[in-house]
Amino acid sequence: MKKLLNLFFYLIATALLVTSCANTDSKSERSGALNSSAAEKVYVAPGEHDEFYAFISGGFSGQLSVYGLPSGRLFKVIPVFSQDPEKAWGYNEETKPMLNTSHGFIPWDDAHHPDISQTAGEIDGRYVFINANNTPRIAKIDLSTFETTEIIELPNSAGNHSSSFVTENSEYVVAGTRFSVPVPQQDISIKEYKGNFKGALSFISVAPEDGRMDLEFQILMPGFNYDLSHPGRGKSHGWFFFTTYNTEEASTLMEVNSSQNDKDFIAAVNWKKAEEYIKAGKYRTVPANYAHNVYDEHTHTATSTMKKEVKILDPAECPGLVYFLPTPKSPHGCDVDPSGEYIVGNGKLSANLTVHSFTKMMSAIENNKIDGEAYGIPILKFEDVLAGIVEQPGLGPLHTEFDGKGNAYTTFFISSEVVKWKLDTWEVIDRKPTYYSVGHIMIPGGNSAKPFGKYALAMNKITKDRYLPTGPEVTQSAQLYDITGEKMELLLDFPTIGEPHYAAGCPADLIKPRSKKIFKLEENQHKYAAKSEADTKVVREGNEVHIYMTMIRSHFSPDNIEGIKVGDKVYFHVTNLEQDYDVPHGVSMIGANTSELLIMPGQTETFVWYPKQVGVWPFYCTDFCSALHQEMQGYVRVSPKDSDIALSWSLGED
Amino acid sequence: MNKFGKIILLLNIFLLISCGGKQEEKKEQITIGKKNTSVQKESAKPKAATKTPASKRVDLESKGVGPVTSLELPAEIDQSMVAKGQDIFKKMCMACHKPNKRFIGPAPTGILKRRSPEWVMNMILNPSEMVEKDPLAKELLIEFNGSPMANQSLTEEDARAVLEYFRTL
Repeated sequence: MKKLLNLFFYLIATALLVTSCANTDSKSERSGALNSSAAEKVYVAPGEHDEFYAFISGGFSGQLSVYGLPSGRLFKVIPVFSQDPEKAWGYNEETKPMLNTSHGFIPWDDAHHPDISQTAGEIDGRYVFINANNTPRIAKIDLSTFETTEIIELPNSAGNHSSSFVTENSEYVVAGTRFSVPVPQQDISIKEYKGNFKGALSFISVAPEDGRMDLEFQILMPGFNYDLSHPGRGKSHGWFFFTTYNTEEASTLMEVNSSQNDKDFIAAVNWKKAEEYIKAGKYRTVPANYAHNVYDEHTHTATSTMKKEVKILDPAECPGLVYFLPTPKSPHGCDVDPSGEYIVGNGKLSANLTVHSFTKMMSAIENNKIDGEAYGIPILKFEDVLAGIVEQPGLGPLHTEFDGKGNAYTTFFISSEVVKWKLDTWEVIDRKPTYYSVGHIMIPGGNSAKPFGKYALAMNKITKDRYLPTGPEVTQSAQLYDITGEKMELLLDFPTIGEPHYAAGCPADLIKPRSKKIFKLEENQHKYAAKSEADTKVVREGNEVHIYMTMIRSHFSPDNIEGIKVGDKVYFHVTNLEQDYDVPHGVSMIGANTSELLIMPGQTETFVWYPKQVGVWPFYCTDFCSALHQEMQGYVRVSPKDSDIALSWSLGED
Repeated sequence: MNKFGKIILLLNIFLLISCGGKQEEKKEQITIGKKNTSVQKESAKPKAATKTPASKRVDLESKGVGPVTSLELPAEIDQSMVAKGQDIFKKMCMACHKPNKRFIGPAPTGILKRRSPEWVMNMILNPSEMVEKDPLAKELLIEFNGSPMANQSLTEEDARAVLEYFRTL
């Protein structure tokens, strides 16, 4: 018996040795000289800052994540379209109006394509825009506070997918509908799709001084699916390009029925012309109902306004407004190179990549070379607008970005790779696998005249074996490539939140110096702010009680409150009196049917508490604020409904 | 069996050691739970506490650590500056400091009899570095329960006005 055991031990020991040897072998293979230089390239030493910000869409989380490149470190998740209890987004009274829509309060959405504002064709680091795909909206995030400060809903749209891309001087954020719908909505048979369903392309202006958005006009297009879009720039500034699929106008079994045509279109929209038509009054004003939600940094409060009409342009009645460029097989990404000359149609069911030429398009238009029409919109001839074809670069092309050095980088979903190819010669230079099923790719400044061609970030849908397993659901991820050399080099994998659809990157120096550190107390115009402890009070109005409370390291004022009754509706309006960087306080109340508040220095936030039970109930600070954080707490005494205990409040003994 | 015995032995030793600590019962008694009647008796204080607390000590030499290195106070008190300083004090400081009594932090009354004007200014303008590097500020942090002096981002001009107000207290 003992001998057998010994033998068993020997065997195990040997097996261990063998496997550990095997491990070292495979490791040494992977961590050669190249790999250690990859580690150096992504290593940002403790205390040092990354070179780039990457704003990566949170996909079905509805949020926007902020990463550093090249480190791949996650800095923040900015709540946009989904409630976030960590930051009380959509839970506190101030931000609830931000999630208001024509369908009422909506706690979630599917966030897709972030894009950074531009000035003179270059990204300027002021705002990021991102679209809600499900209940169509565009949000604006202010990059001085990293907070969502505006959300505008889009009428006549559904599946807001070809969004939210900005023009060269941020004149417009543009949004196209993926699903066509009856416009106006009506009760008709789905079988009546053809001709009755329309697709709206929305042009939202951005005010140069404060970034305020306004839905200026919509172009009502035929009932195709508008998949992705990008602005013209440089020579093509004033134009916008949208890919379409389902030019078959099918409404069922789409994966077959909308893949019948040999070619769909890229719609070239002359928005400068649209402005002329609007000026000339050639629009219809149609009734609509959509929410416009604005967060005010001084009142720390959002308001939601329902807008009631929208200007519509009909391309059939506006010659020169829209042209169709035939593009093979359900093009997905629609990407414009930094010069504005080339428009890449990533035909996802096509073996080739199609590149159109803006110059050739203009000459075809000038020479009136029209090949047909669709719902009154002229169709140009494929050969007349074609700049070139990248032959068989991979399977399932989706998106293309540019490095500003004459190269393009296209993702291939089916063959899971990034392919580098050359503009003008259309030859493939390099290909690198992704792990796995890549969707978007991002080069900082990639959607502008001036990309920063140092890194490319590929965003993957599937990671299966790349990370430790976490049950049936595993993370999506991003992969960082060094693109400074002739060949791309894979540097880093890192997990992302939600499913990352596209990202926008920006040199940190464009944003860092403008990042706000505190909100000034003296500028706080919140209706219920208590700007010093002298302003603290508790006010009863019928069964509504308003507590004007302050917080500073490390106490609440008041911290003892009596005279609250069962059945009251108690508002905690809490102001953080701190005026120092990185000193937020939190507050939460036992039994409150809401989230904590996380209040920045100088800011006021409000939560509502319905006391239901008699007793003495505590509240406390949720964000570790000082050595005395555990002492940052208070009590509220709740008396029966008919009690005559007077309202009183205090801090300390007097 | 043998191993098991050893483990038990080790456990026992460990238990013995940890028990040992408990055997020396403290003789000084802490009383908790008696309703706010008893006040700490002076006699109960340990003998070692002969050192004057930092808040009571006088040091008019130290200028502290921070942007203010020299400040001459004119003989006359500037009343308009006092009014401004009092207003700022109310808005930005009162959450932790009452003029005449100890609160979260010490009372500013008579502060210029104990500290140089530069030290006071630096404590307002540069509190985190002060509690790190200035010996008096360090001790004050401990004396006031480790409650950190908040940097309320006052301008130097504002802090100067607050200082003028302190001269009247």
